[in-house]
Amino acid sequence: MYDGGKIILGLIIFVAFVTFPFYNNIGKASKTPEPKLDTPAIQQMKERKCIEPKGFMRAEHMKLLNRWRDWVVRDGNSIYVASDGKRYAMSLQNTCMNCHSNKKKFCDECHNYVAVKPYCWDCHIAPKESET
Amino acid sequence: MSLSRRDFLKLAGITTLSTLGSVSAVNLLRRDNIEASQVSPRPEALKAKRWAMVVDMRKFKTPEDYKRVIDACHSAHNVPDFGNPKDEVKWIWTDTFEHAFPGQESKYMPEGLKDKPLLLLCNHCDNPPCVRVCPTKATFKRSDGIVMQDMHRCIGCRFCMAACPYGARSFNWRDPRPYIRVENKEYPTRTIGVVEKCTFCTERIAKGLQPACVEESNGALLFGDLEDPDSEVRKALRTNFTIRRKSELGTGPGVYYIIGGSENA
Amino acid sequence: MLEKALTGSRRYWTWIFLLLGISGIGLIFYLKQLSYGLGITGMSRDVSWGFYIGQFTFLVGVAASAVMLVLPYYLHNYKVFGRITILGEFLAVASVTMCLLFIFVDMGQPMRIFNVLLHPTPNSIMFWDAVVLSGYLLLNIIVGWTVLGAEHKDVPPPGWVRPLIYLSIAWAPSIHTVTAFLYSGLPGRHFWLSAIMAARFLASAFSSGPSLLIILALIIRKFTRFDPGREAIQALGKIVTYFMITNVFFLGLEFFTAFYSNIPGHVYTFQYLYSGIEGHGKLVPMMWASNVLALIALILLINPKTRRNEKTLSIAAAAVFLSLWIDKGFGLIVGGFIPNPFERITEYWPTMPETLITLGVWAAGLLMLTVLYKIAVAVKEEETT
Repeated sequence: MYDGGKIILGLIIFVAFVTFPFYNNIGKASKTPEPKLDTPAIQQMKERKCIEPKGFMRAEHMKLLNRWRDWVVRDGNSIYVASDGKRYAMSLQNTCMNCHSNKKKFCDECHNYVAVKPYCWDCHIAPKESET
Repeated sequence: MSLSRRDFLKLAGITTLSTLGSVSAVNLLRRDNIEASQVSPRPEALKAKRWAMVVDMRKFKTPEDYKRVIDACHSAHNVPDFGNPKDEVKWIWTDTFEHAFPGQESKYMPEGLKDKPLLLLCNHCDNPPCVRVCPTKATFKRSDGIVMQDMHRCIGCRFCMAACPYGARSFNWRDPRPYIRVENKEYPTRTIGVVEKCTFCTERIAKGLQPACVEESNGALLFGDLEDPDSEVRKALRTNFTIRRKSELGTGPGVYYIIGGSENA
Repeated sequence: MLEKALTGSRRYWTWIFLLLGISGIGLIFYLKQLSYGLGITGMSRDVSWGFYIGQFTFLVGVAASAVMLVLPYYLHNYKVFGRITILGEFLAVASVTMCLLFIFVDMGQPMRIFNVLLHPTPNSIMFWDAVVLSGYLLLNIIVGWTVLGAEHKDVPPPGWVRPLIYLSIAWAPSIHTVTAFLYSGLPGRHFWLSAIMAARFLASAFSSGPSLLIILALIIRKFTRFDPGREAIQALGKIVTYFMITNVFFLGLEFFTAFYSNIPGHVYTFQYLYSGIEGHGKLVPMMWASNVLALIALILLINPKTRRNEKTLSIAAAAVFLSLWIDKGFGLIVGGFIPNPFERITEYWPTMPETLITLGVWAAGLLMLTVLYKIAVAVKEEETT
């Protein structure tokens, strides 16, 4: 084998580089996210439910928000009729966050866990929260 | 016309196939099961075929009159104040007659009028050059004539700023958040790198309210449907001589000015 | 063939690392711009396009000029250019890449760039510009690489490349025409609102691009064993001469229309650029430098003695390139915004980070050009030995 030393050295560096995420995170398991629903607005509700069933919201909220913004900004609609017939104003800032006023314990909890950084908050103003 | 059994079957087959094809294509394109039929405007929303504004300069007398109107807009929409012209963002502002209507001024016009500030904003053109040039449809014309800006979609190429003959568009050269004096918690701010401008307060019209500037103007700004002969706007246009900025460019501006004479200066 | 770029003299590697270093500095400042916003540049609400878009516009011209080598060879069988069409094609590849980079660094929200494809908008000239530029890039990569590869293997180029070459000949003027349309169709920007804009763009393109090719050909002759040929360089010199005359003529037409009609909107920008308005005259020295350089170039080019002398020809080529770089890369774009729609004057000058980012993009482009030319020259050298 020509240049055997160089090739083996290169391989070692390559393997060390590729496996970096694994050995770097050994013993540092993140805890399962537990989004909190204990805001005053939610606790005052008679029936504690979101605009759509929990399972749907958990899986599809980003798609729903994506559609909302087009419906509001581009089509000039403002009312969303939920599957149970209830009507809501389509607004992340004024509808969603009115109940979920705990962005850190509700939104960020999962988003941080799955390492996504939605840029919603570059523009939309998050509710005031005490630093915890 | 007689159709043989064979031809009929062929035709039927083709029709069925193409219908099935297009349905499945639509299904493929639809990425989720959230239906558009679930949405509607509010019942109280203001409606028009073509929104327009009349600016009655005779009714702007003190600096306070201008400030009230501008502040109403800028605080409602979280428009930042950078305090320097380079980063400036503005939706509604003032400039003198010769700068608002270049080429229309004359040496001997009424003294008071020459230096009197005029109120300027997006003209919500019939034929907006900004919409024509936008490569992503981030700025577009609504069916009610409002030229809208989708800040979610804007890529910040600033072609619209080059195209607008009215200087109505502002770019977020830097993060506006620290420069917003009092945040309106009900309206978003902007992120760096997008273009913004006056939207004729679509968010207020949707709730059945007049635009913020109109509400604060004590009747100096009129807002209404240009296609409705009984609207405030049409009444004002019927009884007054009005001019529009650079209408010779074919843009069809939707903001009309009643300038008035020296007695109103 | 890529392996040919991996072996080279000490000088070659020094040059490569120098360019890498400069683009690295540019990248660092770009990251800074990304976090701070485009406010880091000299651009403002009134002058909303600046150095970046100017460079983009100028380089589209340089890219289009490849056709000046390809067309005579493939349509008129002008053999002298056969040896160096690859230089034109690879220059086009590097230039278009720089164009795309300049567009990218000019964007406020670069991560949303694919919105242009996601929401295709045929009424926007910018959409078409993206289409023609990427098409031209692709055509030149395919054609250049295939023809050079065939030469490397000592076989004639495959037949399918021929139609692509003809397509690229027709395509070249389109990229600069569409780029001119970005500006010449905007109501209210009187300086740009000129039917002759696309023609002016092409004339300046076909003089600045071949000028650069002359300089590059002379450099290649000096530092490698490949000689692009005296006759080819002379032919390029004639092309530059005619197009530079046309370009200056077109500029004269603009002056006439503006000043004889005396319509204020048409006059103001020229006044601002060449004499300054109300004490605002940051660009005046630059614009006069451009004029003087153009004059020097024309004298050296029109006079047969100085055109035939490669030393004076190279001075003329450099003068043309610099003159047009100022005129198009600076004056044309910035001038269009001054005065603003309110007939007020806001001046523009690039900031330090903006200049370094611009240099970084140029270095990246030069790096690409160096590598491509290294490969091409290595293949050419094989033949001579």
